Amino acid sequence: MLEAIDLACARGERELFSGLNVTVTPGLLFAIVGENGSGKSSLLRMLCGLLPRERGVIRWNGTDIAGMKDEYTQHLTYLGHLNGIKDDLTPIENLQISAELFGDDRSVTSAREALQAVGLGRRVQALPTRVLSQGQKRRVALARLWLSRRLLWILDEPFAALDDVGTALLTEQLSRHLDAGGMAVVATHQAVGVRQESLRSLRLPG
Amino acid sequence: MNQAALGTVVRAIVRRDLLLAFRRQADVMTTVFFFVIVASLFPLGVSPEPAVLRMIAPGVLWVAALLSCLLSLGRVFTADHQDGVLEQMALIPHPLAVLVLAKVFAHWLVSGLPVVLLSLLLGVQFGLEGEALAVLALSLLLGTPTLSLIGSIGAALTLGVRGSGMLVALLVLPLFIPVLIFGAGAVSSTVSGIGAEANLSLLGACLMAAIPLAPWAAAAAVRIAVE
Repeated sequence: MLEAIDLACARGERELFSGLNVTVTPGLLFAIVGENGSGKSSLLRMLCGLLPRERGVIRWNGTDIAGMKDEYTQHLTYLGHLNGIKDDLTPIENLQISAELFGDDRSVTSAREALQAVGLGRRVQALPTRVLSQGQKRRVALARLWLSRRLLWILDEPFAALDDVGTALLTEQLSRHLDAGGMAVVATHQAVGVRQESLRSLRLPG
Repeated sequence: MNQAALGTVVRAIVRRDLLLAFRRQADVMTTVFFFVIVASLFPLGVSPEPAVLRMIAPGVLWVAALLSCLLSLGRVFTADHQDGVLEQMALIPHPLAVLVLAKVFAHWLVSGLPVVLLSLLLGVQFGLEGEALAVLALSLLLGTPTLSLIGSIGAALTLGVRGSGMLVALLVLPLFIPVLIFGAGAVSSTVSGIGAEANLSLLGACLMAAIPLAPWAAAAAVRIAVE
């Protein structure tokens, strides 16, 4: 379980939000909505432990994440608005290397299956990622979610640059993750089509 | 839990960086050729006199190696920072300093090691022979990893800064000075027949100090950069 209590964030002089509470339990997707610049990404990065918090506590299963570091990050998959993939490597290589780094299944077959699952065929899999479109690059980054066996997914605008088919695929995968007892925190501008009872949402003040 | 062993992660990082260097050979070649060209300009500019060349060889080759290292520092973190690979690296459940050390090692393999090997050839061009040539290569073998390690701190500190190339130079060149003095000193003292043990020991000591300290400092700077 992930809880954040009385969280505050300031960038420079400006306070983005304060007094924020987030509780994510297994099987729950927490959607974070808000205008551009309202601090969605900052909140997610705080939840990952990348951004130091101004005030407040973030606890994973009751322990403050500041004190546990690796024990927390090993349960976490984070996808920021940067894709975190290498342009000079092929989608397959990108996926295999990140699987190796994060302790996921690193066989070629599962990497191929994951890329198939996000709609990238064999021909695209062998091209350098550099020549792919924005949406295809996003799909390469998202393919990690098909390999990830981690409990908590923190996704920053995962639907950006995706077409309808891509959105449907991702929604399906999110539902599967929640059904298996996973948790997700998703910053988004659009409605997430998972079951209503597993959806919570939070609007950040503009 | 589903966590990769540290060894696997380190190997994956080194392999990825070598693979990327292989895909971008032009970048690697630039710094290596820079070393060769800078070192080759001096005989043309100063004097082709063998005695003069032998005297300036240690300093010239070491300064050329140092500058080519400086030129290659931009490659250590910049691209990873821009495409988000660095923030993913910060979330790997292992000490970031060890992962940074892996990156610096990969960087040294593609930019430092070629310089060490080429120095044998360039040393001959400057009239160094036998023991002096061996000491030159050995001093660079001990010194260039130290340069990469110290340089990685500068490279990490200037992430996201515009015109960071010049700033890195200003930050790390003063820190390179001891390595340059001991490195060039080792070769000069061999040429003049004093023996290079003292200088080489000091170079080794610099490397031993830099291996634990530099990645730790660079990792702290990387954490600030991915905030």
